[in-house]
Amino acid sequence: MKFGVVVFPGSNCDHDCYHVLKHVLGQETDFVWHKEREISKYDCIVVPGGFSYGDYLRTGAIARFSPVMESVQKHAEKGKLVIGICNGFQILTESGLLPGALLRNRSLKFICRNVNIRVENTDSPFTRKINKSAVLKIPIAHGEGNYYADEATLADLKKNDQILVRYCDEKGLTGDTANPNGSLESIAGICNKKRNVFGLMPHPERASERELGSVDGIGIFKSILEMN
Amino acid sequence: MPTQTIEITPDIIAKHNVTMSEYGEIKKILGREPNLTELGIFSVMWSEHCSYKNSKNVLKLLPKEGKRILVKAGEENAGVVDIGDGYVIAFKIESHNHPSAIEPFQGAATGVGGILRDIFTMGARPIACMDSLRFGKIDSAPGSDAAHTKHLLTGVVAGIAHYGNCMGIPTIGGEVYFDESYEGNPLVNAFALGLAKKEEIVKAKAEGIGNAVLYLGAATGRDGMGGASFASKDLTEESQKDRPAVQVGDPFLQKLLLEAVLELLKTDCVVGIQDMGAAGLTCSTCETASRGNTGIEIDVAQVPQRETGMVPYEIMLSESQERMLVIIKKGREHEAKRIFEKWDLHAEEIGKVTGDGMMRVKENGVTVSEIPAKRLADDAPVYVREEKEPEYLKKAQSFDPKTLFSKTGDLNAALLKLLDSPTIASKEWVYEQYDHMVRTNTTVLPGSDASVIRIKGTNKSVAISVDCNSTYCYLDPYEGGKIAVAEAARNVACSGAEPLSVTNCLNFGNPHNPEIFWQLKKSIEGMRDACLMFDTPVSGGNVSLYNQNPKGAIDPTPTIGMVGLIEGRDPVTSFFKKEGDVIILLGKTKEELGGSEFLKTLFNVKSGLPPRLDLKEAKKLNDLLIALAKKGFLKSAHDCAEGGLAVALAESCISNRGREIGAVVNVTTDHLSNEAFLFSESQSRVVISVDPANLKAVEELIKPNIQYEIIGKVGGDRLQINKLIEAPVAVLSHAWRNAIKRRMEVATA
Repeated sequence: MKFGVVVFPGSNCDHDCYHVLKHVLGQETDFVWHKEREISKYDCIVVPGGFSYGDYLRTGAIARFSPVMESVQKHAEKGKLVIGICNGFQILTESGLLPGALLRNRSLKFICRNVNIRVENTDSPFTRKINKSAVLKIPIAHGEGNYYADEATLADLKKNDQILVRYCDEKGLTGDTANPNGSLESIAGICNKKRNVFGLMPHPERASERELGSVDGIGIFKSILEMN
Repeated sequence: MPTQTIEITPDIIAKHNVTMSEYGEIKKILGREPNLTELGIFSVMWSEHCSYKNSKNVLKLLPKEGKRILVKAGEENAGVVDIGDGYVIAFKIESHNHPSAIEPFQGAATGVGGILRDIFTMGARPIACMDSLRFGKIDSAPGSDAAHTKHLLTGVVAGIAHYGNCMGIPTIGGEVYFDESYEGNPLVNAFALGLAKKEEIVKAKAEGIGNAVLYLGAATGRDGMGGASFASKDLTEESQKDRPAVQVGDPFLQKLLLEAVLELLKTDCVVGIQDMGAAGLTCSTCETASRGNTGIEIDVAQVPQRETGMVPYEIMLSESQERMLVIIKKGREHEAKRIFEKWDLHAEEIGKVTGDGMMRVKENGVTVSEIPAKRLADDAPVYVREEKEPEYLKKAQSFDPKTLFSKTGDLNAALLKLLDSPTIASKEWVYEQYDHMVRTNTTVLPGSDASVIRIKGTNKSVAISVDCNSTYCYLDPYEGGKIAVAEAARNVACSGAEPLSVTNCLNFGNPHNPEIFWQLKKSIEGMRDACLMFDTPVSGGNVSLYNQNPKGAIDPTPTIGMVGLIEGRDPVTSFFKKEGDVIILLGKTKEELGGSEFLKTLFNVKSGLPPRLDLKEAKKLNDLLIALAKKGFLKSAHDCAEGGLAVALAESCISNRGREIGAVVNVTTDHLSNEAFLFSESQSRVVISVDPANLKAVEELIKPNIQYEIIGKVGGDRLQINKLIEAPVAVLSHAWRNAIKRRMEVATA
């Protein structure tokens, strides 16, 4: 597999994603500058976390207009893989690759902490190597992670099994106290209808090495590798 | 001869905080009267902040030499320490107290921005931030303004989060301390640490006559001109309009500056680079020239400006954020500009390095200021201030805590009250607003004695602790200064790291008050003795004086940032891990409740003689902790600090969220009072837990070195201490974890 990690001005989890793909998993991985249009050699594009273009105006709102995102649209249309993490998820919703929007956290504060997410569906290139209903300990770090979609979109998401991960407690139960940011139906990550584009707020790249206290995130990257 | 014709009157001189004798010195250096621009330039360079004129004489007491020190305190923007295998770390702590008192969000944000620029202009990539924050009390009490303090705390934390999170540099911990002396005088001390290869470190100097001086980053405005702002009215009619009251930070712009500067430094076209922080363009030009033994000439008309009608005085004194001065080799300017353009940054050539030793400022080719750079940068007056033991001291020290014991009441309730006190309580409410994990290096998260980051590609980790018990410093500045260093060193050693070096931020009141100056001097003497014992030289820092308002001065606060090194093993955390592990108390408890959190929290009393620290014992304990960690024997290690043994045990039970676990201990009490046994803050004590299988080997290591006692076992869901304390860990955890949250979020509770 060949991975391209997009670098916007203001990206700051680009190095972390690169590190996991390149050094932990030994995959061919490049940084892709935001002004780049030629991305046809990559099998999977990673849109990493951070504050693209300072997140001025609205998170992800400026990044969607960047040259590289035009190419990412086409890349996705071809059925190739795209994963957006945190700010990357926000950019994917802004650019219409994923439905819904990420609003400010219910607490109106930035939140960084380990949370638990439950894998709702394993029929995707991003979750196929993880057991259904597995509870993963993965950190979040965001100010705008409160997932929202209108009723019709939510119904659609459910009908097509697009909700891949939900916030839950250690035992795997969802509910208000286990929902860190107020997301609709505890949604932590969704895919598109074609199931080749995935966005999630938690950071699997921060939970992929023993030294960091959790390796629960590595399953997402390993699922992607199963493509081969 | 500079033009500009505004007569310098004694009134103008006084408004610049320049004394008549300093003015005489300025005339001697120039050989003539200065003009207004020159007076402004001298006034900022000779301020305490830039020149250390009041503190230099005592700062020289601190040890600065060490085998690992590559760049010493005062030489550059930050100290540099060798961590082996070709790697170095650059780190520093700096205050942003006054701006944060006025505008907490931007004050704290720009404090973080400033310290980060100090690090990356050294060629080091910042990899971690920490903060030492101090506020008044957040409990409503007569005569105090808790609502305002909460506003400050909320703003400061959000400002730090805003800047650090956006820059993508983890804020991995620090301390938050509450005491009424900080009401209206909050302290915001920001620490940053960067990593580089040894050969990547660059100096802030202007060398090579004819080399280009580039201005990089944000345009200059009239912000941050502080006390000198009056002058702008005299100078232009319109200048007062639209002048922002405080500096405003732009972390996104600085993220671009960071990446561009580090990319630029990978080429060899840079001669020197310096951040424009305090005193902006003035400080960066004269200091780079002074260090390079050269002169520098700039034309302010070339400086990018975001307001119209700015005069040289304003441009030279502005403290607009996110600006840098870069000296580029002649003929290589285009290389630099190409990198800046990649990052959508603007760079402007504003002058050149000269050979005449002058800092010359022109405006459209006409000289408006001409000052010998070295004399301006290095020859500020140095004062020996009067010192006197404070009036309050003898009486405060003679207070006997035992006189209050009849009112102690239930000891379980006392423990809960201490866990609920904001100084002791969990700081989750604060650090969860900081991205403390970005860059995936944080191996010990905030909440342990020290936070730890790994260095990818090596077997090394760096442990950091920032610390100061200012109550001790108030009651005994010498002992308090010693303890600040010793506790920071012990925190680092508890993680298994060998303490390497110290950066400090000396926050005090007005040094013209002999009692304040005495506090400063005694604290420094205490720090000196401790730094010598631990072999942790001071590699840099800053001094913040005049922290006082009409209610009085802050307690003396010499904040210590201690950095330690772990090689080839996992770091140790402070919480209990496993049922059945054996708990050992290292060190000896004495009847030492003076200045304790117990007295402050239960009785609102800040008196008594604070604990005594034996430096040799402290060093032995640290060496023992490191030896135990090296053998892999430490399951957990937690320092006994504010709240004493009882709080340390409770924290070891409850600080691993979701994995809280109980403990049953029985400790020999000797002749101690119950209060002292549980809550005394005797120094050099650590609670460790070990695997029972290793107990014999552990004891063999401890026995020859330190007094110790095997006190109990980890397990169950209650904390039991002798027959005095018995409480469910869930109850302890709830009190400790919600203490700050419940005070800050009253409306939603």
